[in-house]
Amino acid sequence: MSVLQFIIANYKQVLFLTWEHIYMVGLSLIIATALGVPLGIIITKHEELAKRVINGANVIMTVPSIALFGLMLPVLAIIGHGLGKVPAVIALVLYSQLPIIRNTYVAIKNVPPSIRDAGKGMGMNTWELLREVEIPIAVPVIIAGLRTAAVMNIGIAAIAAYVGAGGLGVYIQQGIDRVYPEMIISGAVLVSLFAIIVDGTMALVERIVTPTGLKVQKKLVQ
Amino acid sequence: MTQLPRKLYKAVLLILLLTVGVGLKRTGTIAYFRDPYVYADLARLMWQHIHMVVYSMFIATVVGVSVGVILTRPRLKACTGLVMYIVSLGQTIPSLAVLALVMSVLGIGSKPAIFALTIYSILPIARNTLAGINAVPPPTIDAARGMGMGTWRILLEVEIPMAMQVILTGFRIALVINIGTAALAYLIGAGGMGDWIFSGINLMKTDKLLAGSIPVTMLALFADFLVDLLGMVLVSKGLRIADR
Repeated sequence: MSVLQFIIANYKQVLFLTWEHIYMVGLSLIIATALGVPLGIIITKHEELAKRVINGANVIMTVPSIALFGLMLPVLAIIGHGLGKVPAVIALVLYSQLPIIRNTYVAIKNVPPSIRDAGKGMGMNTWELLREVEIPIAVPVIIAGLRTAAVMNIGIAAIAAYVGAGGLGVYIQQGIDRVYPEMIISGAVLVSLFAIIVDGTMALVERIVTPTGLKVQKKLVQ
Repeated sequence: MTQLPRKLYKAVLLILLLTVGVGLKRTGTIAYFRDPYVYADLARLMWQHIHMVVYSMFIATVVGVSVGVILTRPRLKACTGLVMYIVSLGQTIPSLAVLALVMSVLGIGSKPAIFALTIYSILPIARNTLAGINAVPPPTIDAARGMGMGTWRILLEVEIPMAMQVILTGFRIALVINIGTAALAYLIGAGGMGDWIFSGINLMKTDKLLAGSIPVTMLALFADFLVDLLGMVLVSKGLRIADR
């Protein structure tokens, strides 16, 4: 119960830290989508490049998050942003690349050839085909990639508190330093709740953006 | 056409390597590693790190695979959906939060850290075991039954080998996450390579920071590579040929 009391007593700070967390994760997701989705689409046209790009994103994913902050710190210190939100957002963007690129690539690759042929038969050129056939069909899977990235980013943003990026991780960090269990637990619980809520919301978005035709088809198959 | 990008790619790699080398020299990381007293420390921290990872991964693999196998048995198939839901919910909880929660219940030290790492690693392994075994084509199992195999033999000689690739992917995800999370275990007093990283950040000592981050990164990449090798040994020959 004391955890609840702690949250109520500090609700202003809780709101501020949550906002910081949302800001970091949201900004990084926007940048990552702007980078990852076009890249994912481009590599569907170049098979050789595809393997390399996905492998590269895989390697980035393998690097432990705190080690990535450590590796970026001296580099970003040159421009005076070794600590703070800049390394956090860069790391989050890098980590989101794998789920976003891979899902975009797989989704567009998996568009049934017959549908693509139908589009071609209607006289669509490559661009129209992409915009009106391939992307609408691929969107649910791309959103699923964004969902994975978002949930992962919330966890990594919590670690970013250690490089001074703020966010709900601050409660965990300071709670551990001060041996203040209520603070630790409220930080951990709030971050987890945030991740679970975002996961649920994105699942809902995933269902909403599925084209009606595909939903009907799924029902028919079942 | 492909000649130019390839050359460009190689040039970029070379420049990157050079910059990294110069950077390491400038920040004093190379000088740091030249200090003979550092080796003992490095070995100790690395040992703590690997100790945590190996212990937790061992327990997590045993538990995760058994949970996955048990849930695919016909009697328990009904609760598969529910368990999968709980597992995926568990995976949305950030690693730092898991460590912090475990610490506030079990206290500090390497045992709570191993416990936290274990429960966090069970999830991907169990999920992939479940998915892998469920994806075995029913005709294959029917064929095995037709050859007179019992449930146990079907499990050991058909289902698990067929699912091995997927199980290994889960194992790889768990291992990589585990190594990264073990670096955070320093915060709950379990030591490991996180010691140098966090000390380096707190003291703003770049050499110490890099001396901690680079070995952890290499460890994670190396572990990833080892799982690849393991796949070559464990995945049966027939499946590998079928893949090609």
